[in-house]
Amino acid sequence: MSAPRDHWGRSVSTQPTWAIETSGLVKVYGRTRAVDGLDLKVPAGLVYGILGPNGAGKSTTIRMLATLLRPDGGTARIFGHDVLGEPDSVRRRISVTGQYASVDEGLTGLENLVLMGRLQGYSWARARARATELIDGFGLGDARDRLLRTYSGGMRRRLDIAASIVVTPDLLFLDEPTTGLDPRSRTQVWDIVRALVEAGTTVLLTTQYLDEADQLADRIAVIDQGRVIAEGTTGELKSSLGSDVLRLRLQDARWRPEAERFLSAELGVTVHPGSDPTTLTARVTDTQAVMRALAGLSRTAVEVRDFSLGQSSLDEVFLALTGHKADDQHTGKTSEEEAA
Amino acid sequence: MTTAQHTTRTTTVDGRLRTVLSAGERPPRVTAVSATLTHLWRAMMAFKHFPVQLIDIVLMPLIFLLMFTYLFGGAFADSTEEYLQFYLPGVMVQAVVMMTVYTGTSLNTDIHKGVFDRFRTLPFWQPATLAGSLLGDVLRYVVALTTTVLLGLLLGFRPDGGALGVVLAMLVLIVFGFSVSWIFAALGVVASEPERVSGTSMIVLYPLLFMSNIFVMPETMPGWMQGVVDANPMSHAATASRALMHGSADFWDVGLVLCVCVGLVAVFGPLTMRLYRTKNAR
Repeated sequence: MSAPRDHWGRSVSTQPTWAIETSGLVKVYGRTRAVDGLDLKVPAGLVYGILGPNGAGKSTTIRMLATLLRPDGGTARIFGHDVLGEPDSVRRRISVTGQYASVDEGLTGLENLVLMGRLQGYSWARARARATELIDGFGLGDARDRLLRTYSGGMRRRLDIAASIVVTPDLLFLDEPTTGLDPRSRTQVWDIVRALVEAGTTVLLTTQYLDEADQLADRIAVIDQGRVIAEGTTGELKSSLGSDVLRLRLQDARWRPEAERFLSAELGVTVHPGSDPTTLTARVTDTQAVMRALAGLSRTAVEVRDFSLGQSSLDEVFLALTGHKADDQHTGKTSEEEAA
Repeated sequence: MTTAQHTTRTTTVDGRLRTVLSAGERPPRVTAVSATLTHLWRAMMAFKHFPVQLIDIVLMPLIFLLMFTYLFGGAFADSTEEYLQFYLPGVMVQAVVMMTVYTGTSLNTDIHKGVFDRFRTLPFWQPATLAGSLLGDVLRYVVALTTTVLLGLLLGFRPDGGALGVVLAMLVLIVFGFSVSWIFAALGVVASEPERVSGTSMIVLYPLLFMSNIFVMPETMPGWMQGVVDANPMSHAATASRALMHGSADFWDVGLVLCVCVGLVAVFGPLTMRLYRTKNAR
């Protein structure tokens, strides 16, 4: 369902169809094309994940979408409002978190929320009431009068999100919401995100953790060198590799060389030893052949503890698409090389 | 393109949070005045939570006042008492001007910590961020000037202009400080780190402060230096402060300072706003 377009390819629909719609978005730093013709369509009402190594252009893209940075080319619309032409209309509907926008460490938790409320048009009394409501709702009631610099990582992250939804945004840019958090805080943040989406907010999530994207995101765009290189639901991305993964765990590490030899001979594919000395993985396409190979293996001395055959993990998809892992430190070097 | 299905999941978020999240209220756009006052409130709260700043602000002029009066006062003037009458209105200029550097460093810190980025994604009159911060600094000038005058009175300073003269001098210096702080606000916006703001500022400020009539009158200086001193806005501020406190002010003394102030704000106000708006936006 794409909106009607004029002869320059711009959407002429007054009925906004997409929470985010970019077309040929470009940002150039010197000779580096940080964002290089990025096309993105984010439907309203879901969690949309943006994945990519450092330096892929994620932050630059989000800063442009959040009206913090001027694009050098292309267009970007938020609910139909152009980020350059109508920044105030965009700002009324979005909210940013994390590295894109910080809370004030020199104020208390409550004061931070009052500040956000006031700057968005609440009266002092209403801003205070809303701040109290939020800080209690986010389980920070006991810390409301403490300075933000004394907050733990998890508390700070929750306050950061609370500050972003003092006025419920239509679109929330959520930046690495659980990086550095303990598992309990992480679950809390995930629950908050899900509750937000249920309440009608669209969330654009950037994350280093592929399992976080897997857990939260309905759709994902993989960005590398300033472009979208893959887009779809997590299921679509995983099946896009066209093969499944066989994972095998042995009773003892000493059988691994034998199992590796046996399976690669039977399946005709490369079998990779896992990081755990008792595990093996192989990329396979023929399920019947896998069953026969496993049956054969059971007649040898090798004792198998368990095995699984399933979709590739998002990590594997990412590796296959970009040629490097999601958390690699690529500080724009690849894009520089491309531009050169 | 297929539209993704959103499946509703059950969460552990309690009902209270759910209510908070689904508020959906849209208040009207905040007025420019309210936005500015809110930023002023932010500056006051930061001041309240971090009163150690007060020590910096108050101590610097006091140390200068004691040092110059009792160390050099006798040599510069006939007696330390006489020098105090001359120097106190000048040290007030010094106190305010040195504090304007804080404006630059604190703006720079806010920008680098990303606090201003959040403000920049909110739909309010954007200059309020800077205007509110600079108005907040005015409070510090009041504190510093008041303590300096009180110590002066304690040491034997007697203003011929009376209480009115002192208050008027303080008002003029507050306006002067506010105007000068726009220079450092501009520097604070463009500088790469807070330390660089204070470093650069001190290199500019110390010569300006000493090549003025704050410490001594220019009569004994070579002619070219007298020219520098007479052209230095710090001298105009010190002259106005002195004249008002000692009750000898004429229209020109005060008028000249106010003209300098108008000029500074007219140039550095819009420049700073422009730098701020385009900061990191390219």
